[in-house]
Amino acid sequence: MQSLSKVWLFCVLLLVNTVASADLTIEITRGSDQALPIGVVPFAGSDGMPEDVAQIVQDDLERSGYFDPLERSAMFEQPNQSEDVQFDTWRSLDVRYLVVGRAEQTNGGFEIQFELMDISGQRRMIGETVTVRGNDLRGAAHYISDQIFEAITDIRGAFSTKIAYVTAQGIGDNMQFGLYVADADGRRSEQVLTSDEPIMSPAWSPDGTKLAYVSFETERPAIYIQDVATGQRIKATSFDGINGAPAWSPDGRRIAMSLSKDGQPEIYIMDVANRSVERITNNNSIDTEPAWSPDGRRLLFTSDRSGGPQLYQYSMGGGEAERLTFTGNYNARGRYSPDGEQIFLIHRSSNGYQVAKQDLSGNRLVVLSESTRDESPSVAPNGTMVIFATQQGNSGVLSAVSADGRSSFRLPSAQGDVRDPAWSPFLN
Amino acid sequence: MQLKPLARSLAAALSIVVIAGCSSTGGTQDGDSYGSQDGSTTGSSTSGTGTGSQYGSSSGSGSSSGQQADSRIPEVRTIYFDYDRDTIKSEYESVVMSHARYLRANPSAQVVLHGHTDERGTREYNMALGERRANAVERFLNIQGVSPSQMSVVSYGEERPAVNGQDESAYSQNRRVVFNY
Repeated sequence: MQSLSKVWLFCVLLLVNTVASADLTIEITRGSDQALPIGVVPFAGSDGMPEDVAQIVQDDLERSGYFDPLERSAMFEQPNQSEDVQFDTWRSLDVRYLVVGRAEQTNGGFEIQFELMDISGQRRMIGETVTVRGNDLRGAAHYISDQIFEAITDIRGAFSTKIAYVTAQGIGDNMQFGLYVADADGRRSEQVLTSDEPIMSPAWSPDGTKLAYVSFETERPAIYIQDVATGQRIKATSFDGINGAPAWSPDGRRIAMSLSKDGQPEIYIMDVANRSVERITNNNSIDTEPAWSPDGRRLLFTSDRSGGPQLYQYSMGGGEAERLTFTGNYNARGRYSPDGEQIFLIHRSSNGYQVAKQDLSGNRLVVLSESTRDESPSVAPNGTMVIFATQQGNSGVLSAVSADGRSSFRLPSAQGDVRDPAWSPFLN
Repeated sequence: MQLKPLARSLAAALSIVVIAGCSSTGGTQDGDSYGSQDGSTTGSSTSGTGTGSQYGSSSGSGSSSGQQADSRIPEVRTIYFDYDRDTIKSEYESVVMSHARYLRANPSAQVVLHGHTDERGTREYNMALGERRANAVERFLNIQGVSPSQMSVVSYGEERPAVNGQDESAYSQNRRVVFNY
């Protein structure tokens, strides 16, 4: 197989992040019993490098729930290229796949070679030389994880994506809010916005360059659109009443939102270019939390028109919205899966508020999470995981569960509450 | 595009008076209800709107309580709500009435009604529920003769809890409308 070379662009970070402790760490809370055993051998030559690339790859694969990595201490051989792999050795350790590699420092960066072996098939599946400019070893590791994940599962990896989230500290009139963007593993967090008024509902543009969010910095809610790289932003809406729940259309030209300027909250669609708004729903109840179907033809939203909050689907071009959820008396904040065939939502059961999913072809609702104070589900762009906010003790933390409910992990924060996660689209 | 200038000034220093021991006395009437889920909800669950209409005592009521009292912003500036309700409970009607008297007596006074919910449920849906509570107070004040131009509503949903905690004691102190002058 061919060896590709990938150049990693070195981004100069002008703004040094002063709140490094906003980084999130990972705790696997549930492993899947169907996870594939894999070995990720430490990369030769990586001693003394600023990051342990093989360890990052191993952590990525484990977090996905698809893999059960072999502990390093069990690796009594540590090959660094495919020619040196003794298949019998790894078969005796019940490993089905093996990643080997080596790293070296170069002028202005690093070069990492990795290879993926199918142990039972006794073959090399893929291999690549990754050129890293600057210090972006974590980015390179996530790229390698993406390649390995796709080669084995046939599903595009989402390790090189980002998450946006909101932090809050303090109580009552003395609160501090922050909007952050971090790698999908919670590391390398960067502050996007800070305020002593609430920040809510960050939403990624489909090209991953902008965030729309709600900020109360003028002591009332307004929707802003901010360029993540430059920090430049505009105030998109500040109508009387609620300006909430922004959601970008898949083509990036429109933003659905909830506005209460005409009475109770209704769904509107804003044209991003000229910021005109068109009203979509029209009734005497709460309509909020819109989400676009991947094909841009349908809008999912929460409405209490039947009494309590339930999810409805509106088809572009008119007609009455169709009620989708019928299990229990609280179903809200729906999000489509990337294939548009399922929805993820918050369902209130006798246990509390939990992340659930429902097939659009049927009404059966399945609870995915084991926590009971869940909010704000956001689906990975490859559909394998759902990140959401929940409570651990008295703190708000981010958590994620696989779309099949088999595995989960938490991203605890060192300080304050973390909430309102938004998983970015694919960025590469 | 419609950028509304922030024209409201918050003159008085904010002093939130926390009323201890939020009573579980049920509301005198039903507001919108969403299916009672826990024991704190009392009253029947008839759905309906127009919570203010039954408070329609004449606009002159209370004006006899004296000019002196009406020249000061009432001290109690927070009222509390039952779970999933926007009904003004009978025990807080006197508080709202005192603000109505003050606002009528001081036509230049401005109040921003901040609606809040407890943390349960989704954030944006709670934003809508907080707005319903503040709207209910605004309607009540309006029926009591307060000019709409003196009032505005901002919902904070669950974003600005008054107290931390995950029990009914904390939740009951967070389900509130605050009068901000």
